[in-house]
Amino acid sequence: MPRTEQMIAQGLTLVDAINEALYQEMERDSRVVCLGEDVGLNGGVFRVTEGLQKVFGPERVIDTPLSESGIMGTAIGLAMAGMRPIPEIQFEGFLGPAYDQLVNHAARYRTRSRGAVTVPMVVRVPVGGGIHAPELHSDSPEAIYAHTPGLKVLMPATPYDAKGLLLSAIRDPDPVVFFEPKRVYRSYREEVPEGDYTIPIGQAKVLAEGTDLTLVTWGASVHQCNDALDTLPEDVSVELIDLRTIAPLDVETIVQSVEKTGRCVIVHEAPKTAGFGAEIATTIQEYCFLHLKAPVQRVAGFDTVMPYYKLEQQYLPDAAKVSEAVMQCLAY
Amino acid sequence: MPIKTAYQAKVEYLQIMDEHGVVDEKLAKDAMSDQDILELYQYMGKCRVLDETAFKLQRSKRMGTYPQNKGQEACAIGAGFSLKQGVDYLVPCYRENAALWMHGLPMHYIFLHWMGDERGNQIPKGVCQLPLCIPIGTQMLHATGIAWAFKMRKEARVAMTFFGDGATSEGDFHEAMNFASAFQVPCIFFCQNNQWAISVPREQQMNSATVAQKALAYDMPCIQVDGNDLLAVHKAAKDFVERARAGGGPAFIEAVTYRLADHTTADDARRYRDPQEVEAWVNKDPMIRLRKYLTAKGLWNDAKQAALDEAAKQNATEVVRAAEGIEKPAVTDIFDYTYAEMPRELEIQRRTMRTSSLGQRPEQAGLNAPGVAANHE
Ligand SMILES: Cc1ncc(C[n+]2csc(CCOP(=O)(O)OP(=O)(O)O)c2C)c(N)n1
Ligand SMILES: [Mg+2]
Repeated sequence: MPRTEQMIAQGLTLVDAINEALYQEMERDSRVVCLGEDVGLNGGVFRVTEGLQKVFGPERVIDTPLSESGIMGTAIGLAMAGMRPIPEIQFEGFLGPAYDQLVNHAARYRTRSRGAVTVPMVVRVPVGGGIHAPELHSDSPEAIYAHTPGLKVLMPATPYDAKGLLLSAIRDPDPVVFFEPKRVYRSYREEVPEGDYTIPIGQAKVLAEGTDLTLVTWGASVHQCNDALDTLPEDVSVELIDLRTIAPLDVETIVQSVEKTGRCVIVHEAPKTAGFGAEIATTIQEYCFLHLKAPVQRVAGFDTVMPYYKLEQQYLPDAAKVSEAVMQCLAY
Repeated sequence: MPIKTAYQAKVEYLQIMDEHGVVDEKLAKDAMSDQDILELYQYMGKCRVLDETAFKLQRSKRMGTYPQNKGQEACAIGAGFSLKQGVDYLVPCYRENAALWMHGLPMHYIFLHWMGDERGNQIPKGVCQLPLCIPIGTQMLHATGIAWAFKMRKEARVAMTFFGDGATSEGDFHEAMNFASAFQVPCIFFCQNNQWAISVPREQQMNSATVAQKALAYDMPCIQVDGNDLLAVHKAAKDFVERARAGGGPAFIEAVTYRLADHTTADDARRYRDPQEVEAWVNKDPMIRLRKYLTAKGLWNDAKQAALDEAAKQNATEVVRAAEGIEKPAVTDIFDYTYAEMPRELEIQRRTMRTSSLGQRPEQAGLNAPGVAANHE
C-alpha cells in the first residue's frame, strides 16, 4: 500500500513495517495468503493486516472461525499443497490450542517424510507484556518453540528488522514462528527502505560495540537494554547484541563478543528457568570458558505466572534491573 | 436397499415476551411470577449501570480493557436465576457478570479483574463459581468435569457454563459436549449467541443455521431462545437445570441476543458493523420490554424508575469505591500462588526481586537468606 504522509515524514512503526512486508509479498507472490481471527475486514486486533483485504480480497486475507488449532492445522495443509500461508494467532497465549498442530505436525513433517512433505509457512504472533492486557495476552513463550526442532523462531525488535526478516521468513522453505513484540508495535518510528530487502534468518545484530561486557537480548527487551546503556557510567563499554533470530541461534556473534569482553548478561522477559537465556549461557561456557571473567548473568522474568497489569512492571526486566546486573557483573 | 431416515431432529425456538413487552399468556403461565420479574428488572438496571460505569472508568484510564455486557443481561440473569446459590456451579466466560453477582461474587471483584488485579479472581469461600475465563472456549471442559464430579459423588448439583457463538468453533467446545453427553453429566451449556465474535459475524463463524443444532450431534436436548426475553431464557434454563439435577444429563441453550457495545473498549465496531443493524437491536433491548410489561401491569412508573436509577448510581459509586479503595497488591503477590509450597529457588527470587545470582548463593551476596516459606493461605 502506498505510504502515508506520516510514514514518509517520520518513518514506519513496527506495525507499518510488517504490514508493508505482507503487502509487498502478497503482490509479488500469489501463493501468499493471510488467515486468522479478525485479520480481514478488521485488519487484525493490532491493525497489522489493515487494508490488505481491501486490496487482495477475502480469498487471500481470510477471517477464519475462532479456532487456533483449525487455523494452524489448515495452514499446514495449505502450505503442503503449494500455498504460502501466513496464519496469525491473535496473542501468544492462544498458541495453546494450536500447540499440537505447530509442534507435533508443522515442525516434524519434513523429517518424518524424509523431505517429501514440507510446510513453508510463517506463523505471526504478537508477543510479550507491558500493554496492560488481561491474562494470556502478555506471555513470552519463545523458548518453547526454540526447543522444537524443525521450527525457526524469530523476534525482531525494530521496524527495519521486522520487514527484512518477515520477507525472509515468507520465502523460507520451513515453518517459521514470527513473534512480534507488541509493546514495540507503535512505540516509535524509523526509516525503512521502501523496496524489497531481506535480512538473513539466523543472524544477530550488534547494536552497540563495546569491550567490557556483552549484553544479549531480543524482542522488546532490546529497548530496555538500550535505555540501560544510557544510564551506565561513561567509562563502561558494553556490547549490545539483538539476537533477532532465536532459533537457529547465531552462536558465532555471541562467542566472538564474549571472547572479547569476558562477561555477559542476558536479558529476556520470559521466566528464567529453562528460558532461552539458559541456552545462551550454556553455549557461552561451552565455547568461551577460558575467556570468562565472571559468571554469566540472567535478568529475566520470575519463575511465576505472568501477573496482571497492576504488577507487570515489577515482573518485567527494566532498565534499572539491567544496569544493576551489568554493574554487578563488571564488579565481580 | 430401501432408504430410510437414520436420524431426525429439530430445534425449537422459544419466546414468551416479545419486544413490546407483550407475553404469550399460555407460555407465561408457568414462567415467572410478576414479583420475580419486578425484582429481576431492578437487578438488571443495577447491572446495566455498573456496566456503563466500567466503560467510563476505562475511558478515563482508571480501568484496563473491559468487555461490555450491555444488552445481554437477560441471558445472565434468566439463566442465573434457575440455579441454587451455593449449590450449583457457574463456569463463566466474561459477558455474564450479572449471573456471577447474583450468586454471591462481590460486585467490585469483576472491576478489580479488569483493573489488572488478580484478587478479583479470588472467589470467596462458599461462592460456587470459577473466575472469568479469557481464553475462549476452554472453560466448558472444566464445567463438564465439575458436573462429572457431582455425578460421581451422587450430589444433586448442576454446573452451568457460559460462552459465546465464536467459542463453538474451538475444538475444546466439541470435546466438552461429547464428554458431557457420553458420561451424561449434569452440565448446562449456555451459549450467548450475540451475533459477533469481535469482527466475525455468526454466519461467517459457522455454516450452520443455528448454534443449538450442534448439540444434536451429541444427542443432547437443545433449544434456541430469545436471549433478550428474560422469561424465555429462564424457562428454558429452569427446565434443563431441573432435568439435569434429576439425573437427566446435559443440555444446550442457544440464547439469541446481541452485543450492543463494541467487543471490548479496545475495539471499534464501526469498522465492521452496520450501524443500522445495531439500531434494530437497540429496540430489542431486554430492559425496554420488561419496563413496558411492568408498566402495563401497573407495577412500574416513572417515579419508580427514577428511584431505581438513583439506587443503581449509588450502588455503582460504592462498587467503584471498593475497587479503587483497595491497596495495590504487594509485589510478593506475583510469587505467592505459584505453588502450594514455594520452591527454594523461587523463594530466593521473591526475597531478592531479581533473577541474576551474582555467581553466589544469596547468603554469600549479603542478601536476606530465605527463611520460612511465605505465608500464603
Ligand atoms: C483461545 C482464544 N483465542 C482468541 C481469543 C481472542 N478473543 C477474545 S474474545 C474473542 C471473540 C469471542 O467471541 P464469542 O465467543 O462470540 O464471545 P463474545 O465476545 O461475542 O461474547 C476472541 C477471538 C481468546 N481470548 N482466546
Ligand atoms: Mg459472540
